[in-house]
Amino acid sequence: MVQTSVGDATVSPTPGIDPSAARAAVIDRSRAVAAARRRREEAFRWFVRLLSLAVVLGVWELYGRSVNKALFAPPSAVVSAGFEMTRSGELWSYLRGSLVVLAYGFGIALVLGIPLGVAIARSRIVDYALNWYVDAFNSTPNVALVPLITLIFGFDVSAKVIVVVISAIFAVIVNTEQGVRNVDRRLLEVAHAFRSSERQLWTDVVIPSALPYIAAGLRLAVGRALVGMVVAEFFTSITGIGYLIVRYSNSFQPDHLLVPIVLVMALGIALTTITRQIEKRIAPWTGATED
Amino acid sequence: MTESSGGASVLNSRVSSLNSPKMRVEGATRTFSDGAVVAFENLDLEVRPNETICIVGPSGCGKTTLLRCLGGLLQPSEGRVLLDGQPVTQPSPHVAMVFQHFGLFPWKTVYDNAAYGLKLRGLSRETWEIRLRPYLDLVGLSGFDQMYPYQLSGGMQQRAGLVRALALNPDVLLMDEPFGALDAQTRELLQEELLRILEQEQKTMVFITHSIDEAIVLGDRIAVLSARPGHIREILEVGLPRPRNIQAARATDRFSELRSHIWEELRPEAAAAVG
Repeated sequence: MVQTSVGDATVSPTPGIDPSAARAAVIDRSRAVAAARRRREEAFRWFVRLLSLAVVLGVWELYGRSVNKALFAPPSAVVSAGFEMTRSGELWSYLRGSLVVLAYGFGIALVLGIPLGVAIARSRIVDYALNWYVDAFNSTPNVALVPLITLIFGFDVSAKVIVVVISAIFAVIVNTEQGVRNVDRRLLEVAHAFRSSERQLWTDVVIPSALPYIAAGLRLAVGRALVGMVVAEFFTSITGIGYLIVRYSNSFQPDHLLVPIVLVMALGIALTTITRQIEKRIAPWTGATED
Repeated sequence: MTESSGGASVLNSRVSSLNSPKMRVEGATRTFSDGAVVAFENLDLEVRPNETICIVGPSGCGKTTLLRCLGGLLQPSEGRVLLDGQPVTQPSPHVAMVFQHFGLFPWKTVYDNAAYGLKLRGLSRETWEIRLRPYLDLVGLSGFDQMYPYQLSGGMQQRAGLVRALALNPDVLLMDEPFGALDAQTRELLQEELLRILEQEQKTMVFITHSIDEAIVLGDRIAVLSARPGHIREILEVGLPRPRNIQAARATDRFSELRSHIWEELRPEAAAAVG
């Protein structure tokens, strides 16, 4: 919050000192302080994270060693199973299929979801026509739909993509709609007062103001898309990471079974981190309170 | 909307621009919520060319609504608003507004916010620089123009709002309690900067404020509005010399005289508005 007080303090300029240079120096100093604080916070964050990870892995290891090998496995066994599956190429060949499904499904959810959300926010007719369906799908566990989708679309890639789309798209729609609706009315009035055209209103005001909401929608959608991916593969697949889980579960090999599970979790963390970064990039002003 | 033939109205505005009002409010009434709330009623007001007219009144007396009607953001329910003799039906390119809430876009830098009106007019970036730089220098924003509004104090944000309006080189500035959200010291600094700018440029300014002091210091005339439904109780000539120095103006007898007079006018209105 150091930066917020910059400005009015330096109004009576000292003779010989350029006031704007003095102000720029104040800004530089406060930025340096803020950067140092961020670095410290980042170091602390990693310290706590790694400590927590060590504790969890330690407890898991102790417990895993004390249980029947056919039912559960300690992290050390999972790691060696992971090495083995990676070396044989098994893991990647299954993962590749899943990632393709995830990418298509998520892409389609974005391409359809954002315009739909905008349309619902902008048009009363579209809103009235669709809001029940949005609420219905958004609150139904999509596992319930998977058997039906398999019946209609069979077991190939398109069925899985559809499951991922249905899992992810409503987070995108709902957030986009929220973002467009929540445009500050006062800023719309400003745009009006400065004689903005309708198109300029969208590019200058509505879209930038909705972007942070849309980005938050993407972050939610990534998680849901991952769930959709795995669930779809449970039901429909003889490929993909979900199938790998089913297979090793049926053959009582928990060390191999846990490899794809951990991998999906890691993927979840990675994708969420990426979308969070995008969020920050897009809307630096919403992070104003963090400084 | 009563103007009919184009030729006649052009002639009218030519003739009227010689010595008739820059803006005019004729028998204007504005209601809200299907007439349940009357912001102001049967209100008449003339704004002279190149004057600063301050409008003071108790809170909720429809000052801001009146300004929105002057700016073409709202239409009066009855009566009409004229700019250079022409009815105002939408925001005019010759008018610019400054808002109490600053109205800056948080996703634009200070510079891009200040350039907003110029950008909407399709002017080139070179033109932005030519138009903006003198004002940015004048209000001390030049070191900050690549920062975002949230990184700046309220005073600096409103300076950006002021530059955004001035850069359009409008005939009329409409100021909606522009310094109302600022602390007392910052407010006075901005009053000084505004006075300096207006000494150099011929502008008509309508300035809404709830501060009697501010109205006297800035205004050529002061319109005192009554509580809702608002109407003009009185219009006062300030009569303080220009160029004006705020401290000197405050020290004059005329200042204290006007101050206590307006306060006597407003006291029952303010009490009525609160009670």
